[in-house]
Amino acid sequence: MMRRVLVIGGFVAITLVLGWVLLVGLPRWYGPSAKKATADAAPSVPVVAGRKIKARLFYVAEDGTRLTGVEREVAYGEGTVEQARRVIEAQIASSAEPLVSAVPPGTKLRALFITERGEAFVDFSTELTAGHSGGSMSELLTVYTIVDALTANLPAVMAVQLLVDGKQIETLAGHVDLRRPLARNLAWVQ
Amino acid sequence: MNALRVSRVFPALVVAAVLFGLGGPAGGQGSAQSTLTILSKDGRRALPLNVINDQELVFLDDLASAFQLTVREETLGAFTVAYKGRTILLTPDQPLVSIGGRLVSLPAPPTRSGRRWLVPVEFINRALALVYDARLDLRKTSRLLVVGDLRVPRVTIRYEGGDPARITIDSIPRTNATISQESNSLAIKFDADALEVTVPPVQPQPLVQAIRAVDPVSLAVDLGPRFGAFRASTQPLETSSRLTIDVMSAQTEQQTPVAAAPAPPPPPDLSALGQPVSAIRTVAIDPGHGGQDEGVKGAGGMKEKDLTLAVARRIKAAIESRLGIRVLLTREDDRNVSLEGRAALANNNKADLFISLHANASFRKSAAGASILYAAFDGDAEQTARAPLGSERLPTFGGGLRDVDLVLWDLAQIRHLDRSIGLATILADQFRERIPLSIHPIDRAALGVLESANMPAVLVEMGYLSNPEQEKQMAGAPFQDNVVSAVYDAVLKFRDLLGGGTQ
Repeated sequence: MMRRVLVIGGFVAITLVLGWVLLVGLPRWYGPSAKKATADAAPSVPVVAGRKIKARLFYVAEDGTRLTGVEREVAYGEGTVEQARRVIEAQIASSAEPLVSAVPPGTKLRALFITERGEAFVDFSTELTAGHSGGSMSELLTVYTIVDALTANLPAVMAVQLLVDGKQIETLAGHVDLRRPLARNLAWVQ
Repeated sequence: MNALRVSRVFPALVVAAVLFGLGGPAGGQGSAQSTLTILSKDGRRALPLNVINDQELVFLDDLASAFQLTVREETLGAFTVAYKGRTILLTPDQPLVSIGGRLVSLPAPPTRSGRRWLVPVEFINRALALVYDARLDLRKTSRLLVVGDLRVPRVTIRYEGGDPARITIDSIPRTNATISQESNSLAIKFDADALEVTVPPVQPQPLVQAIRAVDPVSLAVDLGPRFGAFRASTQPLETSSRLTIDVMSAQTEQQTPVAAAPAPPPPPDLSALGQPVSAIRTVAIDPGHGGQDEGVKGAGGMKEKDLTLAVARRIKAAIESRLGIRVLLTREDDRNVSLEGRAALANNNKADLFISLHANASFRKSAAGASILYAAFDGDAEQTARAPLGSERLPTFGGGLRDVDLVLWDLAQIRHLDRSIGLATILADQFRERIPLSIHPIDRAALGVLESANMPAVLVEMGYLSNPEQEKQMAGAPFQDNVVSAVYDAVLKFRDLLGGGTQ
């Protein structure tokens, strides 16, 4: 059963990648303004019917020591909490080159709550920590990808605390203190 | 406004006798008791506060009677706290509560003491505040809970003796104060309902004899026999207001030009901030990670935990043999030590400097170079703990008074930040001459290991193990020698700067 799911999943993934290469990747690689396009286009977002909003998502910059903001379309969500979920889901979805995500692959959103004080609690699956390479820079980029994705797109969110598997965690991999909600910090964005 | 009436209701000034520093981490294993003061329009009351493993907890039934809450046991050991039809669901052993389907995290789970339930004090501002009608403002530092819209500014007082003697009073948020001279004292009255204040001890001197709290909103400065005149000036700062009072003898008054009174805030240079440091006697070097926590693993197999320990040992040998400064390693071998434990070791051994050694990683292989990080605190935490608490004369259990250094344990680093930035700058300069620096050589971040360090503290990322070329470099003796000599020279320069900079 599991194997069949994997095979089908793999097939769908290959089809998507091939489709993307043909429709978006090749024209860009051979196009004249290859570099500029990366900041504007949304290469890996599948076409989904329904209302969309424009959101600023964050990916690892070329130099690997800061994030870069990319404007992309994200599914519309009714109310702040729903919209926050949509933004996080888009942010942690697997990204294709040239975008590099600072969220470990396979990380899933478990739950998201926002208090009246505008503190968002975002609960992720264990991949967020288990799949993390460590290093203060990587950790900062992961943390502020999430914190800034919510605070930059949702004015009602003032600070963000990351949870894993429903629990408060000290750090992702031994550096950034996650015992308190963190406020928006665009110093980590180019 | 009925604010004036309100202030009369308070029986006494809230002098926040912060007992926080008394036990420290060493004493944190057992449980200790103190009180949480509740200030409301109806007056003031105290709730017993239990400190267990550095966590402050209140009895749920005490909260229930103070705030008209209904506590009910539910099935499966869970229980609910209800207020006007709004409920909070608590589960034993879970550091989370649910409020109308929303999850709120607590620093510790509810625990049982005999037949009574204890909840972390943060339950009040994180959970109860969401269902309660009036505003609940928990001032953890002072163990104070302000209910409703009372104006209770946090007032810090700094006293510098001499002639003139200077008293600097900062109020957060900005609060107007009037100052008037009464026979032998100066009365300072604040436009507030109560004050959150710690009054510093003053050695009686010919100009100023004492500073004391008079009533809920007033302070008094008792003047000595040589008093001639005083000058006061107020200055609005970013989020606070500063009242500067210069008390001088008749002789000095004639010599000092009038325009000299309003003192601008001191520039953030090393010598002007914090208490003077005469010399560096102990340096704590913290080899990052260890044991099961291997840290970053390079493609070539190098583990961060091994590299940090190897370099730390060499730094220890170099500094101890040549500088005669004691070097304390937070771990001597391959084992894991908690982040708090590392800072605690440095704090308990009164280290004068804390340097945490790490190797970095990025999601892009191109990232390279060393960088130095110092602690960052979000505005809220910074406001809470920025006020220098210094040394306080506190009542002891056996009676009498004792001078105690007050430190907010998990925010201890805040008052050393300016020196930490200085240390980071010196280290970056020393590294620049020897090994490749990152394009961002100095960064600030909320790093757990630095937050509790009660001394200038930085984290050094020596280079990127995720970069294969850097991994090879870092494994070699020349690179490690360069790190050792950079740290050695930085300690030396920092010591000189502190020694020469104190006035």
